[in-house]
Amino acid sequence: MSDQLSAWQLILNGDPALFAIVRLSLAVSLSAVALAALIGMPLGALLGLTRFPARSVLVVLLNALMGLPPVVVGLAVYLLLSRSGPLGSFGILFTPAAMVVAQTILIVPIIAAPTRQTVEDLWAEYRDELTAMDVSPVGRMTTLLWDARFSLVTALLAGFGRAAAEVGAVMIVGGNIDGFTRTMTTAIALETSKGDLPLAMGLGLVLVAIVLAINAAAWGTRVWSERQAG
Amino acid sequence: MRAPASDLPLVLDNVSLQAGSTTMLDRVSLEIGPGTPTLIVGPNGAGKTRLLRLCMGLDAPSAGRITWGGRADRAMARRAILFQRPVMLRRTASANVAYALAQAGVPHRERAARITALLDRVGLSDLAQRPARRLSGGEQQRLALARALARDPEILLLDEPTANLDPAATRGVEEIVLSAARSGIKIVIASHDLGQVRRLAGDVIFLVRGALCERGRAEDFLDHPTTTEAAAFLRGDLVI
Repeated sequence: MSDQLSAWQLILNGDPALFAIVRLSLAVSLSAVALAALIGMPLGALLGLTRFPARSVLVVLLNALMGLPPVVVGLAVYLLLSRSGPLGSFGILFTPAAMVVAQTILIVPIIAAPTRQTVEDLWAEYRDELTAMDVSPVGRMTTLLWDARFSLVTALLAGFGRAAAEVGAVMIVGGNIDGFTRTMTTAIALETSKGDLPLAMGLGLVLVAIVLAINAAAWGTRVWSERQAG
Repeated sequence: MRAPASDLPLVLDNVSLQAGSTTMLDRVSLEIGPGTPTLIVGPNGAGKTRLLRLCMGLDAPSAGRITWGGRADRAMARRAILFQRPVMLRRTASANVAYALAQAGVPHRERAARITALLDRVGLSDLAQRPARRLSGGEQQRLALARALARDPEILLLDEPTANLDPAATRGVEEIVLSAARSGIKIVIASHDLGQVRRLAGDVIFLVRGALCERGRAEDFLDHPTTTEAAAFLRGDLVI
């Protein structure tokens, strides 16, 4: 009981250690979402608009990658960035940059797969009109992405939810270094095993609140867009 | 800017269209030049929509040759089409017109004035900021007309433009089409509405089972058809 009380006290008093962790988590996950959107949306749109022999294989692969285990991504990025790895010369292992890279890889499929589906459905509807208006291939992609914007916001929020909640990838490539690469999820894992339950629970409450807010935003976007665009 | 090359006359030379083993269009030859509206008439399934899509250059014929102003490339320079069920972009009415203007290569600084003029021309000025997909069927059809006119077409193809509209909305669309025709745009309409043929047509292309059955001035076709199929169609018999 007293643990829960002190958890709330940490949040309400604005405990600097707690909020530094929250800030870093948000910075890492939001950067990863931004990067993954820049990669995943054009990738999904391209896959949705082109036809080539191995396309179905790629579509199945992309859908499967949505369930990629974070620890596996963490391990792969670790091997790439470790001193003897192919990208070791960048020296970013155990930095927030490495965590952004790992989370970006993790959520590119989560953004690209629904983008592919949405763009493909919309293209079936828009094909004749856009062809008759002589729209270029790049113009088609940007038009479809823009007109699918409300569905794509949902994909972005799903990607953010995944990034904010995962622990395996950031733990492996970030190293959970106090004040430098410690995120909400890795801190919860560590503090729980150390027995510092108030901090773990405080972070847990913040994390759940963020995930809840994200889902409320996704729901709200959908309802609002259905009213707006019909 | 686009080359000023003309898309007229539109010439089909022995054009056929196959879908699997089905013949959708069978050796159609015709020439469409400037002038009063041409109505493509025929029972459902006669191939009117297929013919319009070929005329627009959306599909390629299985056999035969189509040329626009003597050119065989299908680039949609000075053509526009109004589909039977036009698809509204998920934007406002005015943004739909702006999009068509941008695709037609109209410079940015001229667009605002053109949007105002086009929406005024189709009577949608008051609904400019309304999401296009919230408009009624007739309003959507008029917005699609504004988009088509934004391309500054020489030839405007319309596929059953009033098939799903009430009489008031039909009149609205027909008036816009007639004013476009008066401004020198060649109008080609696929229709199975004989009243519409009487109201709009200069000449008629009568299709049956994918083949060109009869072609002539609208009055002649309506009052003195020369083929038994046309006579039966005008009587209201089922022409299969």
